[in-house]
Amino acid sequence: MKTRQFVSGDEAVALGVRLVRPHVIAAYPITPQTIVVERLSDFVEDGSLKAEYLHVESEHSAMAASIGASGVGARTFTATSSQGLLYMAECLHYASGSRLPIVMMNANRAIATPWNIFGDQMDSMSQLSVGWIQLYVEDAQEALDMIIQAYKIAEDPEILTPVMVNLDGFVLTHTYEIVEIPGEEEVNRFLPPFSTSNKMDFDDPKSLCITAGPDWNTEFRYQQHQAILRAADKIYQSDREFGEVFGRKYGGMVEAYRCTDAEVILITLGSVCGTTRLVVDSMRTDGHRVGLLKLRCIRPFPHEEIRQICGQAKAIGVLEKDISFGCEGAVYCDVNSALSQLTTVPQTLNFIAGLGGRNIAKVDIERMFLTLLSSERGQTADHVRFAQLRSE
Amino acid sequence: MERPIPREYKRPRKIADYPQGPNFSAGHLIDVSSGMRTFRPVIDAAKCVRCLRCFLLCPDGAIDKSGPELEVDYNYCKGCGVCACECKVKAVSMEKEGVGQ
Amino acid sequence: MAINAKNMTNTEYFYGHKACGGCGGSLAVRLALKVLGPRTYSVVPPNCMSTVGFIFPHMTFFSNAMIAPFAATGAVLSGIEAGARALGVKDFYAVGFAGDGGTADIGIQALSGAIDRGDRIIYICYDNEAYMNTGIQKSGLTPYGTKTTTSPAGVNRSGSTRPKKNMFEIVAAHGIDYAATASVGYPEDYIRKLEKAKSVQGTSYIHILAPCPTGWGFDTSQSIALGKEAVDCGLWYLAEYENGAFLLNRNFSDFRPVSEYLAKQIRFSHLTAGDIEKITILRDAKWDKIRKEWKA
Repeated sequence: MKTRQFVSGDEAVALGVRLVRPHVIAAYPITPQTIVVERLSDFVEDGSLKAEYLHVESEHSAMAASIGASGVGARTFTATSSQGLLYMAECLHYASGSRLPIVMMNANRAIATPWNIFGDQMDSMSQLSVGWIQLYVEDAQEALDMIIQAYKIAEDPEILTPVMVNLDGFVLTHTYEIVEIPGEEEVNRFLPPFSTSNKMDFDDPKSLCITAGPDWNTEFRYQQHQAILRAADKIYQSDREFGEVFGRKYGGMVEAYRCTDAEVILITLGSVCGTTRLVVDSMRTDGHRVGLLKLRCIRPFPHEEIRQICGQAKAIGVLEKDISFGCEGAVYCDVNSALSQLTTVPQTLNFIAGLGGRNIAKVDIERMFLTLLSSERGQTADHVRFAQLRSE
Repeated sequence: MERPIPREYKRPRKIADYPQGPNFSAGHLIDVSSGMRTFRPVIDAAKCVRCLRCFLLCPDGAIDKSGPELEVDYNYCKGCGVCACECKVKAVSMEKEGVGQ
Repeated sequence: MAINAKNMTNTEYFYGHKACGGCGGSLAVRLALKVLGPRTYSVVPPNCMSTVGFIFPHMTFFSNAMIAPFAATGAVLSGIEAGARALGVKDFYAVGFAGDGGTADIGIQALSGAIDRGDRIIYICYDNEAYMNTGIQKSGLTPYGTKTTTSPAGVNRSGSTRPKKNMFEIVAAHGIDYAATASVGYPEDYIRKLEKAKSVQGTSYIHILAPCPTGWGFDTSQSIALGKEAVDCGLWYLAEYENGAFLLNRNFSDFRPVSEYLAKQIRFSHLTAGDIEKITILRDAKWDKIRKEWKA
């Protein structure tokens, strides 16, 4: 039975997880993900969620236990953030390489050092190459909905790739909104039980996570790459089907907001998209032709969508909460790669903001749009800018 | 003798025919261990009292007890000599590989 | 009825692998899988056994098995056990085969966590007293005075300078349901302990001394004999921990000389009479404590 509740982003994730009924939950608490694991333990305690809940002693063990559980064919959920994501980094490769459809919520948080528990995207952006599908959600409703969709995408026999659902730390994990929580029957209609032959089984014993030397390794990697590329279609398909069953659609890999005739477009991801939409609307009222391209999935990366939507604009800005030191923001790098294939390439600028939980206000985003509008090809220095720097 | 035998595995022509991920059927041998041998154990059935100590202690499980006499699986025996050393009635001798075989 | 060589299955579950001839560790794995039977999930972190066992497309585990991340044997076992149980799978064993590193060093955290959770798993440490798979480097289980590739014996030092980590007592201090030490030199005792572990409705741990011809420096045929001599000279002991109490399985009124055991291995060839005396004194001190405090 569908209900509406006033919940935080973390709570919405927990409610989504309860609906998909994982067999095993193995997670280690870390701020700001803690509410997810606490709520899940409440649900297991009161019997509303029949899952095996493992009190693992570290994040590395959380992912390792998930690998074990998934390796016998169990639907598995885990969650982490920041230091925890980095601690389990080798296990991320392990899970994706072994084609285990684990779903993990990641609370985007700054990484030490300096120590900082507030939200930015340094953690997940440092793990783009690990073979996980990476989704970014804007609000608590989308968070709940994408947990459900994540399993559908991950467990698809043509995909079998683990999925990371990213929520901005604190600004999304700990803020509250009204969320519609679907009923069990609706979810069961959308998401079938997990069934795979890629598991250890007494009727068909297997060797899992084995060695592949120089003669065999490339073919396994190619297969893995092809599978995650195929996920793009499944993300669109899942969005359509979700819309049919639950009445909510998000656009698939990206959502283009007022981009059709935009002179400049800001590409961004996560909760800041909500703020950006407000700025787009107010600037449009003032006569500026600006648009927002919200990236919902960055692995696989929507190269073609970016070319199609942004190719005609004069200037593209990428607003992100991370920096690859010595280079540029990770998303900016990928956006440039997409646009470089065009015969005429728009001007691109990178706005690094929101690091360590620094608030991104509407006025900050307005400034970014104005910068893009006044930028001239070839005369714009400093493509990578720390947009909120308070000292020289 | 009831011991696994090696088989051929041809590289699949299509990526789609590879196993899904680095996972495979359990118990699939394509190679033998005999190349590791310098000496091979020979069991003298007349001396053997079938205590099964060699069967128990072979690190590779290369001694099969299913038949009336103990048999060494020379595909997978590495010639380590544990069986000869541990046999209490000296029924196992280690003979140079390739001599008189 | 207790399993012995006569009634033990003829079927092999770890076969055709590329371990060195005479490998004590491979015997430990082989016997465990025969005792546990086909309804077993094995977990092997990076170590000799996984390196020689799963080289695509040559698969030498004949029952379900997976390689775990190095530090994670205990965690993967917990995940398998929870997952199988949640799926309604009945009558199964989840067993791990970890070496020195996978148990006492890089793997100790996950082992500790698994015991803490009381998950129904069997953790077997095959102890060859160094990181053999990577080339005989010193581990937390390398005994005092051992020459390894990272604790060479030379003009300044006499091999490793630290004693073995006492994993048996460490897991016992967790209040584990069942723990035991074993040796490939006493295979019937090991089999008895495996059968005990099968019946434990909680976590069990078996620490089996597994001589390594390559790393210890002795003829491949001597693995079992040396595994026995280690116990007979008192440098290793056969014991159990159950119901909160230690039980010594095999006491000795007289030990075989430590010097003879050490002399058979190249890894100890540098030891002086003084070193051997020190080792003997340490052995005697440990046995004093064992005889005083443990049931026999």
